[in-house]
Amino acid sequence: MPEPALCIRGLSKNFGGLAALKNVSLDLHVSELHAVIGPNGAGKSTLINVMSGDLRHSGGSICYEGREIAGLSADRICRLGIARSYQKVNIFPWFTVFENCRLAAQSRLGSSMRFFRPARKYEEINEAAERALSLTGLAGRAGSFAVTLSHGEQRQLEIAMTLATSPRVLLLDEPLAGMGAEESLQLVALIAKLAADHAVLLVEHDMDAVFSVARVLTVMVNGRVLESGAPDVVRRSTAVQEAYLGKEEPAL
Amino acid sequence: MRGYHLAVRILLLLGLAALLVFPVAAGKFYLQLFSKIMILAIFAMSLDLLVGFTGLISLGHATFFGLGAYTLMLMSPEYAAASLWLSLPVALVVAALAALIIGVLVLRSSGVYFIMVTLAFSQMFFYYVTGSRRLGGSDGAYIYVKPETTLYGWAPFQLSNNLHFYYFVLALMVVTYLLLQVMMDSPFGHTIRGIKVNEHRMRSLGFPTFRYKLAAFVIAGALAGLAGYLDAAQYGFVNPDLFGWRESGIVLMMVILGGMGTLYGPILGAFVLVLLQEFLADQTKHWLLPMGLFVILAVLVLPLGISGMVEQLVVLRRNLGARRA
Amino acid sequence: MSDKVIFFLIQVLNGVQYGLLLFLLASGLTLIFGVMRIINLAHGSFYMLGAYLAFSFAERTGNLWLAMLIAIPLTVLIGLVLEAALFRFLYHRDHLYQVLLTYGLILVFEEVRSILFGDEVHGVKVPAFLDFSLRLTPTLSYPVYRLFISAVCIGVGAGLYMFINYTRVGMSVRAGALNREMVQSLGIDIGLIYRLVFALGVALAAFAGMIAAPVASVFPGMGNQILIISFVVVVIGGIGSVKGAFIGSLLIGLADTFGQVFAREISGITLYFLMVLVLLWRPEGLFGRAT
Repeated sequence: MPEPALCIRGLSKNFGGLAALKNVSLDLHVSELHAVIGPNGAGKSTLINVMSGDLRHSGGSICYEGREIAGLSADRICRLGIARSYQKVNIFPWFTVFENCRLAAQSRLGSSMRFFRPARKYEEINEAAERALSLTGLAGRAGSFAVTLSHGEQRQLEIAMTLATSPRVLLLDEPLAGMGAEESLQLVALIAKLAADHAVLLVEHDMDAVFSVARVLTVMVNGRVLESGAPDVVRRSTAVQEAYLGKEEPAL
Repeated sequence: MRGYHLAVRILLLLGLAALLVFPVAAGKFYLQLFSKIMILAIFAMSLDLLVGFTGLISLGHATFFGLGAYTLMLMSPEYAAASLWLSLPVALVVAALAALIIGVLVLRSSGVYFIMVTLAFSQMFFYYVTGSRRLGGSDGAYIYVKPETTLYGWAPFQLSNNLHFYYFVLALMVVTYLLLQVMMDSPFGHTIRGIKVNEHRMRSLGFPTFRYKLAAFVIAGALAGLAGYLDAAQYGFVNPDLFGWRESGIVLMMVILGGMGTLYGPILGAFVLVLLQEFLADQTKHWLLPMGLFVILAVLVLPLGISGMVEQLVVLRRNLGARRA
Repeated sequence: MSDKVIFFLIQVLNGVQYGLLLFLLASGLTLIFGVMRIINLAHGSFYMLGAYLAFSFAERTGNLWLAMLIAIPLTVLIGLVLEAALFRFLYHRDHLYQVLLTYGLILVFEEVRSILFGDEVHGVKVPAFLDFSLRLTPTLSYPVYRLFISAVCIGVGAGLYMFINYTRVGMSVRAGALNREMVQSLGIDIGLIYRLVFALGVALAAFAGMIAAPVASVFPGMGNQILIISFVVVVIGGIGSVKGAFIGSLLIGLADTFGQVFAREISGITLYFLMVLVLLWRPEGLFGRAT
């Protein structure tokens, strides 16, 4: 088993008296899509927010490429190669699809304190944006204003922007929320493809999607990791069935 | 969209041409009036950088306007002229430095707090200058001789000449416009535009947003200082009101009414507001009343300002058309 | 007690009185922002309106109390009309537009005041039965009317506190400040709450203008001057917090008064300086929530 790209040990997060994350540990490996599921309030969003730097942790460590990154600012973490997508689509509505991705790619330019050459003349960021768009299948919509995209396309754009920052680790926060069956399948296929070259953490509610792509499954309840391992093993665990999957017959 | 942009460009060039030939027909009064408008246009463009492009609503931009003006006053010897080539750069540096220091302090706040703390700084300067005998206090101070432009014994133009001054200001306005245009197309410009729309997202994409906001604040401050310097040069007089909240309010009005998302919007706003003021002041001594009503109406009816409204409409029509196709 | 101590005490009393007056304005301002999310630059204009109305009715009737009795409902009425005609369009708009529109409103108010009442400075007589001073030392005495102002402001403040914390309507107001959708889904008409809060704010501002008139006089620009100071108070105290407004007002009242006495040249700067310091330490004010 190669070194994990990202490893989390004993991570905790408290909001005043409320413990949203308690002693969470997990590993992310490249090409092993790691899905995190759990009921509402389980702490999944908090987990991603702490990992991406949007929230400060209260204890524990997050190790990436040999260095401790827990507590770093969100922009620093992204520049290190850990990118996240948001559950609520966070695109720039009045820029074109291409401009959205190019802006994301621009963060990799070293410094944007460049005042005199037009942004469109920087070939590196144009290429990065084009790559991200073709990977996510949005190349055809490059010239359209983001606000005119369908909901599913906007979600694709959200992921394309994340990709344009050339990350090694991808944190995807409920990317399938509110999507129709057809679009979901396309997005799931995309995520599976991405998982091959990136270390992907997927937080999702869509069970079909999760079980079709995840290589590692972690179930969280009440801020804690209940079970973690191969999906088949986890879904058969009685603790998981009681706490989360319910008493219904798990689909096989 | 191409067609629209071309149309705007043509109109702007026509406007520039009109401004270039204007002095032929205009008398001294209008020459001076238009000079005043163009100076305010520079001031408004600088605020547009902050408000329209970066999303930082400053109610204290007059701070830097006043600093530019008072710097010229301080650098002008009692009965002789300061050198333009020395005093102008110094004024810019003073304004930029002040913007740097103030920016570092105020940019930690956001929303209403930011609005208030920017106002606070301009008020501090206002009261400090009012209380300072050295600076002339509330009576203000005079600049008896306009800055002179001699270099190696030759003066390329005379600022005391209305015509020269007009073209000088026109040139600076055009340079400011072009400079900001270039900046808005650059990576820096795209960064601050992204910050305006969604700063949180920009940070999560890897941009350390504070330094870009600060840079925008400093550039805007320097340009406001330029406008203040020119204002002092034109009138030969400075007083604490240059730091006042009314001054900050007026320029904010120009930006919003003219249209925030573009660079020509503020220029338009400056022309409209000053000409409106001239017209109304001729009608009644209580001209602030219709002015105030105009502002209220404009906010209710034209939320994006003149240029913003047009741009938005064009964009929408183009995309709705594309969708139907 | 020595003269110096009495002098100091007098300044404290003045500072407290000024602060309490500011509190009337700041509390309305902070409530309006906290509940309705509106920045109202014209708040000071209601202060001015109250003062001018009180002055003109007092001239006519010769009785300040009667004048206040007429002027307060009148100002509230004007406020409600403005709320219905203008402010309701600002609820969901960007702060920028609120700033601009209310700035235009200030201009209108100033000119209307100029047209109706002229531009001179007016004095208002202190009501006869309060027009005496407490002798503190052979050389120093303190006007009872100022104590009266302080007492009234404390009373109003206490009433406000009880209203907000102990009545059902007050609870709706507090809830509305936190989550307007929730309040609506509970069947409470949020529009009514807004109107109530706005009317309250206007009444407080106008009332402040009226009772302050005998000591502060009535003059053009009085609204703008005190508006900026009230905003400073609100920002220091934390937007939306009445408690913050109270502490902020006293702080500013004392700072300004002592500043005037001991360091006249820089007195104008003190409060802004204080605001900057507070914001550096706490970017959301002393008791404010992050907006």
